[in-house]
Amino acid sequence: MMLLPCPWCGPRSATEFRFCGEAGEAGARPDPATATPEQWRRYLYLHANPRGWSTESWYHGSGCRRYFTAERHTLTNEVRSTTAAGGAP
Amino acid sequence: MTILPITRSTATSGRLGPQPGEVIDRHRTLDFTWNGRVLQGHPGDTLASALTAAGERVLSRSYKYHRPRGLSTASYLDPGALFQVGDEPNVRGAHRLLREGDDVRSQNTWPSLAFDLKAVNGLAGRFLAPGFYYKTFIKPERLWPSYEKVLRTFVHAGEISPVPGTEVYDKRYAHPDVVVAGGGPAGMAAAVAAARAGASVLLVEEEHQLGGHLRWGGSAELAALRELTAAVAAEPGIEVMTDSVAGARFDDNWIPIVQRSLPGVAERLVKARAKTLVVAAGLIERPYVFAGNDLPGVLLSTGVRRLVNLHAVRPGQRAVVLTANPDGDAAAADLARVGVDVAAVIDARRGEGIVAAHGRGGVQSVELTGGRRVEADLLVTAVGWTAPTSLLNQSGDDPVYDPRTARFRPDPARLPDNVLAAGGIVGEGSTDELVAHGDATGREAARRAARVARRLAAVPTAVTTPRPPVPQPDAAPVVVPELVTPDHPELFTNGTGGFVDQCEDVGLKELRTAIREGYDSVELLKRYTTATMGPTQGKLETVNMVAVLAQATGRTMAETGTTTWRPMYAPVTLGALAGRPSEPVRYSPMQPWHERHGAVPLVAGQWIRPEHYGDPAAEVTAVRTRVGIIDVTPIGKLDLRGPDIPKLLELLYVNKWQRLAVGRVRYGVMCAEDGVVLDDGVTGRLGEDHYLCSTTSSGAATVWEWVENWLQTAHPEWQVHVTPVTTAYASINVAGPHSRELVGRLVEGLDLASEAFGYMNVRSATVAGVADCVLWRIGFTGELSYEIHVPAAYGLHVWERLMAAGEDLGVTPFGVEAQRILRLEKGHAIVGQDTDGLTQGFSAGLGDLIKLDKPDFAGKPELAWQHERGGHPRLVGLRPVDPTIVPPEASQILDRDGSIAGRITSSRMSPTLGRAICLGQLEPDLAEIGTRVTVRHPDGRDVVAEVTDPVHVDPEGARQRV
Repeated sequence: MMLLPCPWCGPRSATEFRFCGEAGEAGARPDPATATPEQWRRYLYLHANPRGWSTESWYHGSGCRRYFTAERHTLTNEVRSTTAAGGAP
Repeated sequence: MTILPITRSTATSGRLGPQPGEVIDRHRTLDFTWNGRVLQGHPGDTLASALTAAGERVLSRSYKYHRPRGLSTASYLDPGALFQVGDEPNVRGAHRLLREGDDVRSQNTWPSLAFDLKAVNGLAGRFLAPGFYYKTFIKPERLWPSYEKVLRTFVHAGEISPVPGTEVYDKRYAHPDVVVAGGGPAGMAAAVAAARAGASVLLVEEEHQLGGHLRWGGSAELAALRELTAAVAAEPGIEVMTDSVAGARFDDNWIPIVQRSLPGVAERLVKARAKTLVVAAGLIERPYVFAGNDLPGVLLSTGVRRLVNLHAVRPGQRAVVLTANPDGDAAAADLARVGVDVAAVIDARRGEGIVAAHGRGGVQSVELTGGRRVEADLLVTAVGWTAPTSLLNQSGDDPVYDPRTARFRPDPARLPDNVLAAGGIVGEGSTDELVAHGDATGREAARRAARVARRLAAVPTAVTTPRPPVPQPDAAPVVVPELVTPDHPELFTNGTGGFVDQCEDVGLKELRTAIREGYDSVELLKRYTTATMGPTQGKLETVNMVAVLAQATGRTMAETGTTTWRPMYAPVTLGALAGRPSEPVRYSPMQPWHERHGAVPLVAGQWIRPEHYGDPAAEVTAVRTRVGIIDVTPIGKLDLRGPDIPKLLELLYVNKWQRLAVGRVRYGVMCAEDGVVLDDGVTGRLGEDHYLCSTTSSGAATVWEWVENWLQTAHPEWQVHVTPVTTAYASINVAGPHSRELVGRLVEGLDLASEAFGYMNVRSATVAGVADCVLWRIGFTGELSYEIHVPAAYGLHVWERLMAAGEDLGVTPFGVEAQRILRLEKGHAIVGQDTDGLTQGFSAGLGDLIKLDKPDFAGKPELAWQHERGGHPRLVGLRPVDPTIVPPEASQILDRDGSIAGRITSSRMSPTLGRAICLGQLEPDLAEIGTRVTVRHPDGRDVVAEVTDPVHVDPEGARQRV
């Protein structure tokens, strides 16, 4: 079980977190006014699932209960950056 | 050539005189029983050593062919020594220490160990060849249960007790700097060196004592062992765990350690997060595959040396030793020293060999290359080693076969920075060389652990808490000396037959047949034959299987490769994985009252709630005709504050919220982004920027995270603060025609008249002297009702006051069951009961609520498309034509062709209507009111039901608006 560096709490075991899917471009919510079923399906069900760097959303449910974005390498589990949702710290 | 009969040893003749390294306590004697017969052993004996000392040679019967089996490795791995001890099956008999009064039985032997009827399998072996099940029992399928029943009686393993055990299992977390897996000379030296460098160390050893192979060595080894043991004991930074196994290595050195033989605890799982891991697992001696290799009396050199030197047990009377290395030579010397007649030493390094072992029920003679037969009851083999590289493989290293040393070897260069390997697993050497290797590896492990600590401490966080001191900067990397491994002949099988896997009873010939049938990759061969899949998990067998495959296919060992070493390295009980039962439950503050008044408990998620107080139908009638009170504390409650709450509610709910006035409450439904109903509840506006939002009891946590997700990620600019207050309030619903009268007797400063406090309104007031209670005029039951949220500490007080004040009104407590009936009569759907994970909004009877003209809300596009498509299932009411039949929930509804067209989602006998009523999901073409449909019970019985409006009682809602 990997360690995940929470931007608020520091490195913690991954079981403290919930994976919330890909963030950034891959996980972006289409405009509901104009979204086609195809776009909405991609948003709901399809992931890029890259072999390499992936931008992901995580929720620290057993800690600070904050959502944050992490750049994680899916092969090595290295995390090179994290960003707290809504900015700060 | 004459074959001398083997004379049975008498009860004590197997015990030798005192040995320098023995671990038994001769001053004390323990009584135990073996298949009902009383025998003696000493403290420090394993079950198997005590049995061998008592002259027992056949200890078990084999898995498929029920062949007699005895000791081979005399260690935890020994496949011939799995016992039933009391009601505990599959005990590792060559590892488990003897205790007074142990009831030890051989497994898988009926009617007896000596005369096993099922050994007839040995004659009918061809019927149990690999793939036997697949090939034989394909058809007819309906007979499979019968086949299975017969086959089960032939499968080995002990019997578990049907009575739940009373033993306690445990878990523990540990955060050492360094975990050293393996407590032999290199592991001990590594632990000492790391501790001296300031690291906290967990030293994990599978056996009962530290020391590894030093323990069964000569005087020099025993002296080195004493020195190392003293050095380990002198370091307070080392925690030693014996009879424990590091079971796996996961990312960032997450290491589960199974600890056995603890006082008062059957097994404990230690979850260690180590900064560095040193794998010092040593070497496992490999068996040799030849005809007769599974006969009792065929032992490995390490097995013999353990028996002689640790337990002072004579493993036989007359021995042949096949040796290819110094350990085999040492075994021969040990045997000669204790007076065993060593009839022949066959030196494989000089090209000598054996053909087969012969005998019935045990070795009686050994056939040597060239045809000579030597009478012997003991054949010792020392043909090479397997490096147990599991933890290294799980760290990213794939072992590569090295023909020069005849083993798969790890490459430390392929390991991640936080995993190191020390000692025999890397290479061989003298005790001093192994200690030097361990010492250098331990120092390097401590250095790298300090580096990991600095890296972790450098992760920036927003919270400024005191940090432990950061370790000193690195010294230069430690130079770890090379361990030179001498050449070793490649000896896996002589091709004459025998068993490659003695756990699973897979023979050389069966492997070759499977390979001919096309299972010619090592992973396929393993799965098809189950070789390496028994209790030893391939530690003894894998390399021999690879060798057989390589020979049969003409490939090299390196080309053939080996199988994947998966977690766990050693078996772990389900009890240890589960740990102590620790399921937290939640009670409302009124629980003591419920218990005193005969409430039948209902487990509802984490909550324990009153299901009813004896007669749910009477509770329903009380609510419909008088007044009832129910404890609804588990209802999820979120306190919302801030100017942007209306925007948030607009986004979360499918209905509109912009014009909710202060003092009003509104019902709302949330859907997920796929349009599936997520949760429902009412939300009241308590003040200008202050709302109280309720959720379903089971959805409280989910909804909170859902709300936070939108606020934190999509709209961090919105000013809304969410506080979960579910347990800050005790919640009581007062329902029934007399509820206004009852609440009015206890409320202060609030006019309950309908004009002042109407349906779907919220007020704050003092109730029974308790200030700041929140009252909602809503109800799930369809009656006039008030939901009172009381500061939790006063919940029991208010409840008792309501019961006392309403005595003349006939106030009745009601439970979850009555509420379910009441709401079903009223046609209120329950999310998760009348909907499931596929039920989109328009299938949940929410057509009027969903406002597709709102610019946006969660799930809106999906709901718009659902509406546009039409044709979706509807939520309908149903009444069986025979009013006495209540179709069980989940009964299927059939269309005219007999296909499934829906299901009953809720059903009860209605005390109010005196007939069965239901809610159901139904295809639209059958959903017209008045349609008759067929409902098929789970038992296959069909009944006819008529589609109705979902609201069975008071469709106009007059009762709740009075």
